[in-house]
Amino acid sequence: MRLKIWIGLAAAACLAACATTAVETPDETPRREAFASTYEPAPSTPTLIRNATVLDGLGGEFANYDVLMRDGQIVSIGQGLAADGATVIDASGRFVTPGIIDAHSHLGVYPAPSIQATSDGNEVTQPNTAEVWAEHSVWPQDPGFGRAVAGGITTLHILPGSANLFGGRGVTLRPVLGARSVLEMKFPGAPQTMKMACGENPSRVYGGRNSSPATGMGNFAGYRQAFANAARYARRVAAAENGEGDPPDRDLEMETLAGVLNGDILLQWHCYRADEMALAIDVAHEFDFQISAFHHAVEAYKIADLLAEEEICAAMWADWWGFKLEAYDGIRENIPFVDAAEGSCAIVHSDSEVGIQRLNQEAGKALADGRRAGLEISRGQAWRWLSFNPARALGIEEETGSLQPGRRADVVIWSADPLTSYAVAERVFMDGALIYQRGQGQEHFSDFELGQTYREGAQ
Amino acid sequence: MRILAALFASLALAAPAFAETVLIRDGRVVTNGAAGVIQNGDVLIVDGRISAVGENITAPRGARIVEAEGRFVTPGAFAAMSEIGLSEISGSGAPNDASVEGSLISAAADAGRAFDPSVTAVPVTRLEGVTRAAIAPSATGTMFGGRGALVSLSGEADSVFGERTFMVVELGETGANRVGGSRAAMWPAFEAALRDAREYPARYRSGQGGAVLNEIDAAALQPYARGEGLMLVHLESATDIRRLIAFKRANPRLRFAIHGGAEAWQVAPELARSGIPVIIDPLNNLPDRFERLSARLDNAALLHAAGVRFAIAPGPGSVDAHQARLVLQLAGNAVANGLPWDAAFAAVTRGPAEIFGVGNRIGRLERSYVADVVIWDGDPLEVQSAPTAVFIDGEEQPLVSRQTMLRDRYHPDR
Repeated sequence: MRLKIWIGLAAAACLAACATTAVETPDETPRREAFASTYEPAPSTPTLIRNATVLDGLGGEFANYDVLMRDGQIVSIGQGLAADGATVIDASGRFVTPGIIDAHSHLGVYPAPSIQATSDGNEVTQPNTAEVWAEHSVWPQDPGFGRAVAGGITTLHILPGSANLFGGRGVTLRPVLGARSVLEMKFPGAPQTMKMACGENPSRVYGGRNSSPATGMGNFAGYRQAFANAARYARRVAAAENGEGDPPDRDLEMETLAGVLNGDILLQWHCYRADEMALAIDVAHEFDFQISAFHHAVEAYKIADLLAEEEICAAMWADWWGFKLEAYDGIRENIPFVDAAEGSCAIVHSDSEVGIQRLNQEAGKALADGRRAGLEISRGQAWRWLSFNPARALGIEEETGSLQPGRRADVVIWSADPLTSYAVAERVFMDGALIYQRGQGQEHFSDFELGQTYREGAQ
Repeated sequence: MRILAALFASLALAAPAFAETVLIRDGRVVTNGAAGVIQNGDVLIVDGRISAVGENITAPRGARIVEAEGRFVTPGAFAAMSEIGLSEISGSGAPNDASVEGSLISAAADAGRAFDPSVTAVPVTRLEGVTRAAIAPSATGTMFGGRGALVSLSGEADSVFGERTFMVVELGETGANRVGGSRAAMWPAFEAALRDAREYPARYRSGQGGAVLNEIDAAALQPYARGEGLMLVHLESATDIRRLIAFKRANPRLRFAIHGGAEAWQVAPELARSGIPVIIDPLNNLPDRFERLSARLDNAALLHAAGVRFAIAPGPGSVDAHQARLVLQLAGNAVANGLPWDAAFAAVTRGPAEIFGVGNRIGRLERSYVADVVIWDGDPLEVQSAPTAVFIDGEEQPLVSRQTMLRDRYHPDR
């Protein structure tokens, strides 16, 4: 009871995404913010990885390089680093990269097993459900988290589905195996995000119910009216903060949209077609907000210049196409063509509990297809699509996504060039702690999987 | 662009009778046969067939020489399960012949009569080295999905080369759902359907009718119920596989293959003894259905070690009309998880051909085999590799598709 009251107080005091500051109540010591991250890095020892080929996540590739990690952070990368008491791992012949960041996953909200009871990713009840938070649907027992780690994932962004114009808030997670609640997985300090959806899904779902939106124009009317309402709400909140009138009654839907308008919440917009992305950009201009990334963006290659100019990332598959009309123009060179524009931000995403386990191969395909089309692309640049760029789209590029001093030590040692088929993640470090080691009995089975059937050696 | 399009159109219309004599020289030839891999091998193609494979083959007069320069030369890939050619776009309310709803037609659904060789997915797929596919409809009314066909990806009008080759049967979770929601009802229903089919047409003429099948479906099922055709059974769990093995033992004339088999590794010795082959998806490692709680990445390696016949393709539920090209990536991932390379490559070439009864003419580079030959710029199971030349029935295919045209139209350097 006491806890419930406290959560209510904390939430009432906090509009939009002020998820990181502690709330002080007059007569008590500071308490944890409602829904704030309780993630704690696993214990780590100082570790020096030696003699690897290093892809730094920023575009660089370095032969015979060392990576030193201490206290959960990257200390330095370079040649001939002193161990200085650190555990030494000889990585000769191996590759070292930043951990992969999947900018688009539904793990936890559409977990395995996939049954009616676990279909928690789409609040398909009205076209605007900006008020829902994906994190409140995440089931930490999803066996998919463990499988993703074995594929080199150290950060993943969980989104609501795309049935609605406004699907709700997304959350950036650490794949903490054995987490007892989503709070233990939340990436500390990561901005919240909001999912929007263009195109066929909302108009099919709601048009099928003989309600709005039933068309592309209905979709856009829905976006614009909602932002117009949110702008009014945000003005009233701001006025009240300046002592002008009472604040509006709390409205969770409006709080999310207002958070997008003021930049606290990063907008992630599901949009396949180039023409729809171009119009979506005009909605952003009309209401003066920034789009962080278009997701799926199957036709992003047609507007690579526009995306770069607007500083919008595109999170893409390497080669999915044809499963619906808005995916018809998919080409294998989408990612490298987007990447070729000056100032671009190309991302390889999965949107799949299977694909998330080998995003490195998807980047490998895109790299090879881009090269065959005549573009010069380095392996280092291809790794940027998997780490720095998704970190940028999620607002955590100062925390992770690259092997720079002071960044979180999210590091993967690969058996071979990770942009090829036979490479596997041999060791995965998160905040400097070894969280996965291939073939060492470290595969994690969630509570759900425990004792169901014979699993020895399975992964 | 226009020139390419014109070339594409003219080649698409060319008849197989034009098949030229081609000598592919000095390749790393994966024969899939007794000769294994020939390091500096030549492949001679005459009249659409492999005429000779070996070292230092003399070029016949007039033969076109293709220098492989040490690159991989292999049989074309065979997509062991696909919906290619059954739709141009699978969703969005576009026409989709892969899905048969209602209960009028289920077992009788006939994929070969829906296949359209002119869909854009055909050139998209073959330019990645896939030259053949088994396609199947998906009927949703009963436990019978319908009759599958074998197709070439030449794009030619006559590209169906195996009609009504197999019958899709659901005997796992999906099958149970089709029959009242329980396996307890599914197996009796399956047996009753086989009886209806065997007793066709007598019981229908007598007015008795079928116990579970209408006359159309009973007629279609009859050859499979008599052991004259292959039943491709969708199931995943070890328990369901054991039931099928027992059923096969009691009905030895019936012919089965399994599609799915995520837990096949648990019953590998029994499967090997049964002779029932399995088409598995090597990426399937999640307990996303209760029938595959024990799915694991090294399923293929374990089946291979136990001597189970198998092929590699997307699992039931992942089969689609557009991404059959990914079978090579699937096989590469099986290698990453312990399957020997030769076995993995065979599982997407020779293996499917043998399961579908055409292994005597497709899936190997050996004399008299159909000349489906691919030259690669690297290891064909490696995601970064791609074909540099694709031959189907001895005809070199244009490496042009709607996707390459879009690529060229929007190229950053255009």
